[in-house]
Amino acid sequence: MNVLKIATAGSVDDGKSTLIGRLLYDTKSLTEDKLEAIKKSSEQRGYDYLDFSLATDGLVAEREQGITIDVAHIYFSTPTKSYIIADTPGHVEYTRNMVTGASTSQVAIILIDARKGVIEQTYRHFFINNLLRVKNVIVAVNKMDLVDYSEEVFNNIKKDFEALNAKSTYAEQIVSYIPVSALKGDNIVDKTDAMSWYNGDTILGHLEELEAQDLYDAGKVRFPVQTVIRPKTDEFHDFRGYAGKISGGSLKVGDAVTVLPSLTQSKIKEIFFFDKTYAEAPAGSSVNITLEDDINITRGDMLVKTDELPKIEKQVTATVCWMDSKNLVPGTKYIVQHNTNRVLSKIDSINSVIATDYTGEQENNNKLSLNEIGEVSIKLSKPIYFDSYNDNKSNGAFILIDAQTNTTAGAGFIS
Amino acid sequence: MIKDTKSQTTTNASLEGLGNALENEAIYIFREVVAQFEKPVLLFSGGKDSITLVRLAQKAFWPAKIPFPLMHIDTGHNFPETIEFRDKLVKELGVELIVRNVQDSIDQGKVVEETGKYASRNMLQTTTLLDAIEEFKFDACIGGARRDEEKARAKERIFSVRDDFGQWDEKNQRPELFDMLNGTIEIGQNVRVFPISNWTELDVWSYIQKEQIEIPSIYFAHKRNIFLRDGLIWSAEDDVVFRAEDEVVEERWVRFRTVGDMSCTAAVLSKADSIDKVVEEIRDSKISERGARIDDKRSEAAMEKRKQQGYF
Repeated sequence: MNVLKIATAGSVDDGKSTLIGRLLYDTKSLTEDKLEAIKKSSEQRGYDYLDFSLATDGLVAEREQGITIDVAHIYFSTPTKSYIIADTPGHVEYTRNMVTGASTSQVAIILIDARKGVIEQTYRHFFINNLLRVKNVIVAVNKMDLVDYSEEVFNNIKKDFEALNAKSTYAEQIVSYIPVSALKGDNIVDKTDAMSWYNGDTILGHLEELEAQDLYDAGKVRFPVQTVIRPKTDEFHDFRGYAGKISGGSLKVGDAVTVLPSLTQSKIKEIFFFDKTYAEAPAGSSVNITLEDDINITRGDMLVKTDELPKIEKQVTATVCWMDSKNLVPGTKYIVQHNTNRVLSKIDSINSVIATDYTGEQENNNKLSLNEIGEVSIKLSKPIYFDSYNDNKSNGAFILIDAQTNTTAGAGFIS
Repeated sequence: MIKDTKSQTTTNASLEGLGNALENEAIYIFREVVAQFEKPVLLFSGGKDSITLVRLAQKAFWPAKIPFPLMHIDTGHNFPETIEFRDKLVKELGVELIVRNVQDSIDQGKVVEETGKYASRNMLQTTTLLDAIEEFKFDACIGGARRDEEKARAKERIFSVRDDFGQWDEKNQRPELFDMLNGTIEIGQNVRVFPISNWTELDVWSYIQKEQIEIPSIYFAHKRNIFLRDGLIWSAEDDVVFRAEDEVVEERWVRFRTVGDMSCTAAVLSKADSIDKVVEEIRDSKISERGARIDDKRSEAAMEKRKQQGYF
């Protein structure tokens, strides 16, 4: 069964956790013991209603403060599909965790409080989903029960959001609008009688319609080598397999391939998945391949079809989301991890800090601080072989690792 | 239980069998571990999740053998069926098995055995585990934890960095984007790796069913002497489970849904004596897997606290 990955975004108290709790509750995915635990905790805290955030805010600090700090992954399924929800924090200071959640999602649910409408945080949430090229966005206008289920309120918010959407640079993105009350369960799993003016789908109804396709691109063949498999047993004495996950395109036996960066050429001899061979393997498969020729290939190399070479350069310009408390400044060195390849790099320049509110304003103060997003030029010690993020998500993204602290300090999307 | 290692060529171009998204992801993670770390180890309890990990590791490196040892932190309170199964599996795989005993940590005075009605050795495992990591200088410990098990686990990364005390800093985790896993660490640090993070209990059972993976017999329904306490069913056949005099023993059809330390693992009433029936039962179950684990019920933050101290 296929898996649809969803990331939720919304400001504090917009009701993200309540929405997720409601999805679980109404699809009967919450087991009795978990429900019992939520009831007990809600009662202990003196709440009048079930606080579903107690199920998703898994850390003590989150429950203490009543906010989501880090991504929680929540699972549920219907007879047709499995779902993974990345419940991401809404606070500006946890933007990096929001990016983490959105990076592996095919759908984003952006919550808006019907009483507050589109606010600055909404811009930011939409911006990140634009930047990361999340194909489907559901705008859930929540707390409709608190505005008398007013069609006018919903339409005004929709109009505001459409104005925002008009500024998006991602034309293929599909945005849908659904009026809901997560607390009352209106239009989450079950259609409500309270908003007869709304004829569209419920949240779950909409999700069920979406195709649970992979995050991997069907386009050009990209095969980053993770590790070389040399059994050195009597039976497989000369076996030399290249293990990796196909991050783009479909690989076939007999394909003429080029190994990057050496530019050596060969042909695909066998494609293994465990102990069976296949004539073809699609993007997303973790296979083990052998080649016709005995050539030197190591981790970090990439196999591509000979007529589909990516760009090979020692300099890249990328939109970088900064995730470290130490500012990003020109002249500093970081390790770029691009697929399985690691290359030492130097920050050439920070060209601009991008305003995430769609005002188009950019400033250049020559640094990126925590949770800021900007355009950065990076010089690499060795060439990398990449596509633009728009063409291939895996091959167009990288992370920056701080060599001193080893932490993942930033994420980049190559233009 | 181990597949014939001779390769069988499928002549048609059918893509069936190339694994689903979860299996592909897990295999990818295993390969990242071997590529990024010098001394990985697979934490093996003999339960269904770690047995699934073993199959995934086989798939990740075939036709080579699994390139790391298995390690069992033995509480000494195991179901005998599990130990028997463990030894048989290791022999068939031809991999090294390291066993470290909680009893040794108790004898060395490093941990103190709990007493009373709810005494369990589950918490004590952490010390034995951390000592073993130090002894062998393991830099990555692969575990079968799943995010759907428990709310603190739902927060953890796939590559979870622990300091040299084994501690999880839950408020300062490394961002984990796309497929890119960053396992860079300093000497003394350690990464806990969870290849089946995104699997649910049903995913694991369905996989065992599809792959026809052998599992210890206690997972299937059998007659057992049990007694009831706090609404949970406890085995009355083993000395390690404390039983008060007024707790009445009766024989029932039961099976174990999760296999941990006997002293904190309760059974469920069941007649499911085959994998197909087990899958069906899990699908219809209204109680979560962890509902039978008394150690999680100690407080709302029981798991988080254990993880902060180095529990896997």
